[in-house]
Amino acid sequence: MSAKPGKILMDNLWFNNPVLIQVLGICSTLAVTNNVRNTLVMTVGVSLATAFSGWTLSLMKDLIPRKVRMIVQVLVISFYVILIDILLRAYLPEASRQLGPYVGLIITNCIIMGRAEAFAAANRPLISFWDGLTSGLGYMAVLVAIALVREILGFGSVLGFRLMPEGFVPWTIMITAPSAFFLVAMVMWLARNLQARREAAAKAAKAAPKPAAGPSPAKA
Amino acid sequence: MDFEFFTMNPIALFFASIFTSNILLSNFLGMCSFISVSKDYKSSFGLGLAVTVVMTITAAVSWVVLYYVIVPLGLEYLSFIVFIIVIAAVVQILEMVIDRASPALYMSLGIFLPLITVNCAILGAILFMQIRQYAFIESVVFAAGSGLGWWLAIMLLAAIRGRIENNPVPSGLKGAGITMITIGFMAMGFIGFSGMIAVQ
Repeated sequence: MSAKPGKILMDNLWFNNPVLIQVLGICSTLAVTNNVRNTLVMTVGVSLATAFSGWTLSLMKDLIPRKVRMIVQVLVISFYVILIDILLRAYLPEASRQLGPYVGLIITNCIIMGRAEAFAAANRPLISFWDGLTSGLGYMAVLVAIALVREILGFGSVLGFRLMPEGFVPWTIMITAPSAFFLVAMVMWLARNLQARREAAAKAAKAAPKPAAGPSPAKA
Repeated sequence: MDFEFFTMNPIALFFASIFTSNILLSNFLGMCSFISVSKDYKSSFGLGLAVTVVMTITAAVSWVVLYYVIVPLGLEYLSFIVFIIVIAAVVQILEMVIDRASPALYMSLGIFLPLITVNCAILGAILFMQIRQYAFIESVVFAAGSGLGWWLAIMLLAAIRGRIENNPVPSGLKGAGITMITIGFMAMGFIGFSGMIAVQ
């Protein structure tokens, strides 16, 4: 495989975004997005875990027998997640407490397993690291967007700073579970429509020269 | 550490974990397989059953491992890895037992078992059990209730998706998008239960 770093970046951020297009890692997408700070902590954690586990698994790929591949992947991922959990507890105890079980659940985040299986198993270590990191960034972009909407409308603030005027009545639904589902659906809809439009435009651009070349044999 | 057996009424906890704090609709766990499998009613039934069984057994086993091995040895920082290994081992053993005991059940359940190792609902239930420091009976009841709640949610969604299939949906929303909106409405419905019992 000869994937270029720039192309991987674009793919993971937009054209093949893990959340919007591949529909992976939805659990945490919904659970941690009720405020921006926790979302940032969580997504940085996921990006690092994906990047490092991709790198490690790519280094180990020739040593792992096929039969035990899954369990080795899970163990490597858990190793990094434990590191992240310990770091969070030490330096950001409050965020760690609020995220609760969701830090541990990074282990079963489908994005990490998906990248390990689909990319790291067939590529060189450094590019796997890059692929994992950019997948994490794609995940981060979507989550932060959703968290912004939820925090602004649900609490009237961003990162704890009050944004809305005094008289603003918070939308209670934005703090509760259903709003997360609705917002993810909205973002998905937007992204897919934009991409479909772009594809249609590209197709039209490609198809345009054809009619010009087409009729000439008929004339002759 | 001393363990109390009933810090909370187990029956209340059981119903709370099914309805008021449904593991899927209010804690968002197990979404990946939930979305991909709920296309089909029969598979949803099989996966729901498998999740319920595995969740109950793994919660019981992990509770014993947690309080009789990990805590006495002071290995709490390894608990994630230990839980994952417990889940994988239980799934593996269950697969062999079902294969021996009832090939018919194995045919309908077997394909879902490996999927469950990486289902976040199972690990999530165990982590909740650890964080909330449930006693043994509570853990089992909570896990069984959560499994049943997950099963209920996936059956409901599979039924609704069967109806949606024949209706016009905007092309950008097809598949995952409309499913998310449907789950959102289900979650709103389940919020209606939340006044009944508080769970912690």
